[in-house]
Amino acid sequence: MDNYAFRKFKNRLFLALSLICIIIALIPLVSIIVEVAVRGASQISFEFLVTSRNGIGPAIQGTLILIGLTSLIGMPLGIMSGIYLAEYGNNRYASWMRTFNDLLTEFPSIVIGITVSVIVVINLLGSFSAIAGAIALSFMLIPIVARTTEESLKLVPNSVREASMALGVHRWKTILMVVLPAGKSGLITGALLAVARIAGETAPLIMTILGSRHFFQGLDEPMAALPITIWRSALQPSAAVQAQGWGAALVLILIVLSLNIGVRLASRGRL
Amino acid sequence: MRILGKRNTNDEAEKTPVEEPVLTDEKMQSIDLNAWFGAKQALKNINLTVKANSVTAIIGPSGCGKSTLIRCFNRMHELVPSAKMSGKILLDGRDIYASDVDPVLIRRRVGMVFQKPNPFPTMSIYDNVAAGLKLTGTKKGKNLDEIVKRSLKQATLWDEIKDDLKKSGTSISGGQQQRLCIARAIALQPEVILMDEPCSALDPIATAKIEELIVSLKSDYTVVIVTHNMQQAARVSDFTAFLYLGQLVEYGATRGIFENPKNELTEKYITGEFG
Repeated sequence: MDNYAFRKFKNRLFLALSLICIIIALIPLVSIIVEVAVRGASQISFEFLVTSRNGIGPAIQGTLILIGLTSLIGMPLGIMSGIYLAEYGNNRYASWMRTFNDLLTEFPSIVIGITVSVIVVINLLGSFSAIAGAIALSFMLIPIVARTTEESLKLVPNSVREASMALGVHRWKTILMVVLPAGKSGLITGALLAVARIAGETAPLIMTILGSRHFFQGLDEPMAALPITIWRSALQPSAAVQAQGWGAALVLILIVLSLNIGVRLASRGRL
Repeated sequence: MRILGKRNTNDEAEKTPVEEPVLTDEKMQSIDLNAWFGAKQALKNINLTVKANSVTAIIGPSGCGKSTLIRCFNRMHELVPSAKMSGKILLDGRDIYASDVDPVLIRRRVGMVFQKPNPFPTMSIYDNVAAGLKLTGTKKGKNLDEIVKRSLKQATLWDEIKDDLKKSGTSISGGQQQRLCIARAIALQPEVILMDEPCSALDPIATAKIEELIVSLKSDYTVVIVTHNMQQAARVSDFTAFLYLGQLVEYGATRGIFENPKNELTEKYITGEFG
């Protein structure tokens, strides 16, 4: 019995330890959310959200434009790469590509930013521009989307491919019309997660779109974005501007959060 | 000599003015067929003739190469990485492995039903049956509704699901799903239907229905069925081939194989001494 009591004690100790650890891990996250919500909420007003003078209208617009442009460039490339890796990637070259792709996923965003800055901003366009920001973010998006596409297509059972091939359907059409629809929810989840990931990126944007006080003025012009607004506001001495930064932070968190909820809803349909 | 389906005789006339048309009742024939997975040889020198409008059963213990054999018959074998084959397989007298033959077109003439029912999960029952015609681009000028209905009727599934055509193909029972897969294969009007243990995942009642269906199919199609169930082979087939360790041990009329096997191995297998 003594032994039994000791075992029970060890069991409880372990449970208590892991519980304490998760609470410690959650404290910073919760405190950030609370802090941002409390400080930011007082800023939120219709005027704050849509105007450029005392608000973050241009930054919200800029972030949404960036998400749209980046998806336009990055999604087709990422999804097609994922298709290659999943459906044709049974060779040595593909496994190299896969490794390289994984490396890119973890690549420091500041390096991507400075590279795109040198190539596009300095050498190609000669000015900070919205399109340069979208290109930099695409470089971050493509490897994530490629990876999640590959993973979700690999979950589609081979029997489904064989069923289609055995009907005399060409391989490309099998992939496009049978395999992709079967892996659809995984694809959507991956795409939304990738967008949520790039929506908060700051470093590559500072060196490409620069930031702006104005609403969108053209793809080859500097543009505002929420992360840049937050960063610049935090550096200002004025308490009023800092408060605007908190408001922008809250809006950014809400955008990312709603994307995450979207992911959950999209993937719930599958289960 | 039996005259084949009308479509075949037309094909002969169109394609081969020089070669003499082959109008025997030999629908498919393998000549010195060998197949490998990597270094492992799965089939050794198989010479097998499949008669038109009959049911040919391929029996043998697990791993003897039954599935590999029929997957060579519609060029599905080569889809497996590391798979190789040598020899010839004739369809209406012409080698389907000739360099100018498109495997995709062969698969439209030689349909296949798999061991586990595999309807397309994202498609409705209707779309599953229509999928072959839609995805191969051969639906032009055809009445899809009519073809879907006819195929489902021929697969003896119509009466059970005619009000649920919009429901998902995976929402019906396993036996119904397998008949749906048969309907999907029939819809393309292949000449040969290969079945790879089509009942092994089904209960006895569903199995009985599929067996009935197989027998009824041979008036329009040539059927080759792989089974590890000897009673099933005896019930549905006209000819039986016994495969062991990649070799064709015995082949002949089903009755002869079961009642009077010539080879000792065959006798041992069908009497249940091994397998």
